[in-house]
Amino acid sequence: MSTAVAGPHATRAPGFWQSTNGKKAVMAITGAILFLFVIGHLLGNLQVFDGPARLNAYGRFLHNLGELLWIVRGVLILCVVLHIVATVQLWARNRKARPVGYKVKKSVASSYADRTMYWSGPIVLAFVIFHLLEFTAGTIHPESRFIPGDVYHNVVAGFSVWWVSAWYIFSLILLGMHLRHGIWSMFQSVGLNHPRHTPVLKQAALWIAILITAGYISIPISVLAGWVR
Amino acid sequence: MKLTLTIWRQRNPGSRGKFVSYPMNDVNPEMSMLECLDVLNESLIERGEEPVAFEHDCREGICGSCGFMVSGIAHGPEPATTVCQLTMRHFKDGDELVLEPWRSRSFPFLKDLVVDRRSFDRIIQAGGYISVSTGSPQDGNDIPVGKEVADRAMDAAACIGCGACVAACPNGSAALFTGAKIAHLGILPQGKPEQDRRAVRMVAQMNTEGFGSCTNIGECTGVCPKEIPLEVIAKMNHDYLAGAWKERHKVVTAITPVTDWELAKK
Repeated sequence: MSTAVAGPHATRAPGFWQSTNGKKAVMAITGAILFLFVIGHLLGNLQVFDGPARLNAYGRFLHNLGELLWIVRGVLILCVVLHIVATVQLWARNRKARPVGYKVKKSVASSYADRTMYWSGPIVLAFVIFHLLEFTAGTIHPESRFIPGDVYHNVVAGFSVWWVSAWYIFSLILLGMHLRHGIWSMFQSVGLNHPRHTPVLKQAALWIAILITAGYISIPISVLAGWVR
Repeated sequence: MKLTLTIWRQRNPGSRGKFVSYPMNDVNPEMSMLECLDVLNESLIERGEEPVAFEHDCREGICGSCGFMVSGIAHGPEPATTVCQLTMRHFKDGDELVLEPWRSRSFPFLKDLVVDRRSFDRIIQAGGYISVSTGSPQDGNDIPVGKEVADRAMDAAACIGCGACVAACPNGSAALFTGAKIAHLGILPQGKPEQDRRAVRMVAQMNTEGFGSCTNIGECTGVCPKEIPLEVIAKMNHDYLAGAWKERHKVVTAITPVTDWELAKK
């Protein structure tokens, strides 16, 4: 049996968006913007510890931004859509890249967080939708009434339900794992890697992810423990 | 020592394959994995059975011909080792080793443990070279290269193109291979003039071949017998992003391979 190439023909090469590298760069940049949002949102949320007046004033401030608020929301939605579309397309491509699987396959270098990005991502997405319905739209607000404008009341009432808090904590731990890989991976995807800086960046990614997760989780824990009421 | 080798046996791409277990009673711990297969093949030939097909050439870990999965790890459990250099003393008496070929859409299956890795050749053909005019050579000392730069280029140039990176990658990505080939030339002054074109064309060929995308998890580096660093993938991404912008006016073409066994399947 000969395996000689019978008829190679030149084709137009995949463009930027068609290439895996281009899609990963888009994922890195959209991921970076969403990461900045996660930090900003955390700083805003932590004002819950300053009492109702402060948090509700912050809520009013955001709503009074008017068009600017919708521009920011638009950018975030665009980032989420691009991040997900690129992921889904690459995932489909990667599944096709190995039609016959291995009988035995062991991981030797990757971490649990690295390998579960395909799981942490969709679960965090489901959480974000639930979170928006609960605290922004107010359509889901178990066991209490959603009061538009009274952010502090909504937070305390929402997190007083144990399973809402549990779901929140679980999702935020997954977000932390997603960030633990994503924070350093986005630098790699846009071509920034240095033998000296990258090990530091990987350590920093771990600690930033832990700090962000701890910061967010402190809110439902404080509500459940009765420190914030 | 006693070992059981459970090996993927498949006569050709069209036939159905299956795992066959071969108990081996007299394995010398000093033998390499390939020598162990040689001994097995001797006995198979004596019994009138088809010997196990596997690729090999230099048997000193530098040619890149050999390679298969040993119990789930490309080139076996020893780091920085090809299967020809993997000695059997690393296994325990009574172990069962599962030998499988590289599994990738871009490495079409041929026979037993042998796959067609010419997709790698086509990626190199797309730009993994420097164009040098003929004539009398320039004096080597005219091109100063710092020791650190030479070392980085050499680290990338150590790639032997065995395909373990693709085989180990859960996404079947060839990013480490392509990155190594782009980096080892692009780092040196001789490779700089063609850096943009090289990155764009080699990445285009890599993407045309149907390899998966890189998710930066590092399984490739973990199994690489030459320990090529993940840094080369960043170098590829960097050169590709810069090159795709600078060369945006150019129409880039890639080769779509059509092999006769693919035609035979249709």
